[in-house]
Amino acid sequence: MSVPVLSAQVIGKSYGSGANRFDALKGVSLDIQAGESVAIVGKSGSGKSTLMHLLALLDDPDSGVLLVEGTDAKKLKAKELNRLRNQDFGFVFQQFFLTANATVLENVVLPLTIAGVGAKERKARGMAALEQLELADKAKNKAKNLSGGQKQRAVIARALVNNPKVIFADEPTGNLDSATGTVVEDILFKLNKENGITLIIVTHDTELAARCDRQIFIRDGLEETADSPTGTHKRGGAHS
Amino acid sequence: MKFLDIVRSAIQNSFRNKLRTGLTVIAIFIGAFTLTITSGIGTGVTAYINGQVSAIGAADVLTITKAADATATASDGPAAYDPSKSTTVSLGNGSRPGSTIQALTAADLAKIKATAGILSVDPAVRVSPDYVEYADNGKFELTVSQTGTITTADLAAGTQLDNSSSSDQLLLPTTYLKNLGYANAQAAVGTPVSIGITDYTGTQQTVTATVVGVQNETLLGSGAALNRSLVAHLHTVAITGEPAGVSAGYATAVAHFDASATKAEISTIKADLSAQGYSSQTVADTIGAFETVINVIIGVLNAFAVIALIAAGFGIVNTLLMSVQERTREIGLMKAMGMNGGRVYALFSMEAVFIGFLGSALGVVAAIGVGSLISNLLANGIFSALPGLQVVQFAPASIAIIVGVVMLIAFLAGTLPARAAARQNPIDALRYE
Ligand SMILES: Nc1ncnc2c1ncn2[C@@H]1O[C@H](COP(=O)(O)OP(=O)(O)O)[C@@H](O)[C@H]1O
Ligand SMILES: [Mg+2]
Repeated sequence: MSVPVLSAQVIGKSYGSGANRFDALKGVSLDIQAGESVAIVGKSGSGKSTLMHLLALLDDPDSGVLLVEGTDAKKLKAKELNRLRNQDFGFVFQQFFLTANATVLENVVLPLTIAGVGAKERKARGMAALEQLELADKAKNKAKNLSGGQKQRAVIARALVNNPKVIFADEPTGNLDSATGTVVEDILFKLNKENGITLIIVTHDTELAARCDRQIFIRDGLEETADSPTGTHKRGGAHS
Repeated sequence: MKFLDIVRSAIQNSFRNKLRTGLTVIAIFIGAFTLTITSGIGTGVTAYINGQVSAIGAADVLTITKAADATATASDGPAAYDPSKSTTVSLGNGSRPGSTIQALTAADLAKIKATAGILSVDPAVRVSPDYVEYADNGKFELTVSQTGTITTADLAAGTQLDNSSSSDQLLLPTTYLKNLGYANAQAAVGTPVSIGITDYTGTQQTVTATVVGVQNETLLGSGAALNRSLVAHLHTVAITGEPAGVSAGYATAVAHFDASATKAEISTIKADLSAQGYSSQTVADTIGAFETVINVIIGVLNAFAVIALIAAGFGIVNTLLMSVQERTREIGLMKAMGMNGGRVYALFSMEAVFIGFLGSALGVVAAIGVGSLISNLLANGIFSALPGLQVVQFAPASIAIIVGVVMLIAFLAGTLPARAAARQNPIDALRYE
C-alpha cells in the first residue's frame, strides 16, 4: 500500500485551560489514501470540525503525530505549510466565507491571487472552475446577490480552482435544502471520480456519509467502530 | 500574493467602509493642508527675501558702526566719563528715539581700512532734506533711504543711480508719485524736482535734482535713493555757516570688500572688525533678520500641523483596528488558503499607507488651490506695495516630503493593527463570531 496522503496517529486537541479546559478530541487515529472519499460523521459538538482542521493543517494537535505524505507536519516549514494549504488543499467551510461585496470571480480566484498567479491566468482558471459548476454567468455578480446553492457552488469552485489533491468539506450541504444539497453532493463526487481528488467530508447527514467510500464516526472526541455506533471505542484515547 | 494585487486589494478594502475611511482621511487632510500652507508661506517669503537680497545687490558692502559700549549696561549704571572718547551722535530715523551710539572718527576709519579684506571705506553722510516738490504741485516730506546710495534698486521705471556721475540724481519710491503729481512711473523719469534743505544757520535753500528712476518698495523701507553727487551737494548746503571742527564724527561708515568673497571670508572680516570694536552688517544680514522672525512663526505653525497629524495617526490606528476586527474571518480564510503572515501584514500596512496618501494628496491639492488664491488676493491687496511678494509658494520637493512624511506616519500607525492581523491563527479567526 502506498504512503497515505494524510495519517493521524492518536491526535488530541483541547481548548481552554485550567477548569475551563475542554478535550474536544481525545486521541483519534486514521489513514487517508489518495483518491479516497472519506466521511467524518458525528453529532454536533462531537469534534468533527476540530479533526478536519487538524488534518488540513489549519491547527496544531496538542498530542499525537500527523503525517503528510509521510512527513511529520510539525517539521514542515511555514513556507511549505502555506504551499500545502494553498496548492494541495481545497476548503469548503461550514460557512461560505465569501467576501460579500467582491464579485463571484474575485472570490473564486482568491487562492490563485494568494499564490501570486497573474491576472490573466487567474481569470481563465477562475472561469473554467465556474463553468465546471455551471456558475459562469454569475461571474461578475456580487457574491452577496447569490442564492444559498449558488454560494455553495461558488465556494466549491474556489476550493478546486487550484487543482488541489485533497478537498476538505465541512458540512457542505448543511445550509442547503435537500434538492440543492444533492446537486452539490453530485458535484463533489464527480470531482472525486473524474479528477481523482481526495474527498474528506464532515457531515452529520448519514445519507451523504453513505455515498463515501469510508466513514469515520466520531463521538465525544473519540472514534467509534462503524458497525456499533453506540458501542465500544476502537482505540484508546490519549486523554480520558 | 503579488505586490500589485496587495495594493489593489488594500485600496478596495479601504473603500469598504466609506464613512469610517472618510473621517480618517479628513483628519489627515487637515494636518497635510496646514503643513502645506505653512511650508508654502515659508517658501514664498524665503523666495521673496532671497530675491530682494540679490536684487538689492551690494553683496560687497558692509555697514559699520561702533559697537555699543559694553560697560554701560543697565545694572552697572552709566560708564565713567572718558574725555578721550569721541562724541556720540544721534542716529537718524530707524533707531530708537533718543538713542545714541559712538561716532566713528577719522582714526576709526583708518583702522577699518587697515582691516584685512576691506578694500575701501567711506563715511556715510546723512542728509535730512525738508521737502521735495515737482513743478508746482506742492511740497512733500522727503525720506532718504540710508542704503539707497549703495544698493541696486528694484526699478518700476527708469535707470539705476549713477554714483560716478557729477549730476544730481535720485530715485523716487512708487508711493511718492501720486502726491507729487505724476500720472505714472514712466512720467516721472527724467523730470527735475526741487529739494528743500535747511542749512546750519537756519536758512532754507533748494537743490534741483533729476529723477532718473522709480523704485518699487522693498523690505528695507520706502525712501528716496540719492546718488553720491546729490548727497554731497545736500551735505555741503546743510553745513553752510557751520563753524570749523563741529562735524567731528560719523554715525556709520560703508566699507567695500571683494565681491567674490565667500561666506566664511565675510565672517572673518566681520569677526576682525568686531574684535576692534566695530559692528558690521551686510545687506543680507539686515534682510536676514526678517527671515528669522518669519521662520520662527512658520516653525510654530508647523508644530501645530504635526500635532494634528499625530492625532490623525491615532485615527488610522482606530480605523484599522476596527477593520481588522471586522475582517477577522476574511483574514482567517486567507491564512487558511496559504497566505503568509507577512503578506497579511503588508495588506493592512498598505491600507494605512493608502489612507495616508489619500488624506495628504487631497490636503496638498486643496492647500495649493487655496494658497494660490489667497496669495494672489494678497499680492493685489495689502501686499501690492511689495511687488514680487507671493506670500504662499509651493516647492515640489517640500510637497513630496509632506506627502512622504504623512504616508510614513500612516505606515507607523498601521503597524499595530497590521501585526494584530498577521498574528491571527486561521482557525481562531474563522471561528470568530
Ligand atoms: N475555540 C474553541 N474554544 C473552546 N471550545 C471549542 C472551540 N472550538 C470548538 N470547541 C468545542 O469543541 C467541541 C467540538 O467542536 P467541533 O469540532 O466544532 O464539533 P463539530 O464540528 O463536531 O460540531 C465542541 O464542544 C465545541 O464547543
Ligand atoms: Mg462543525
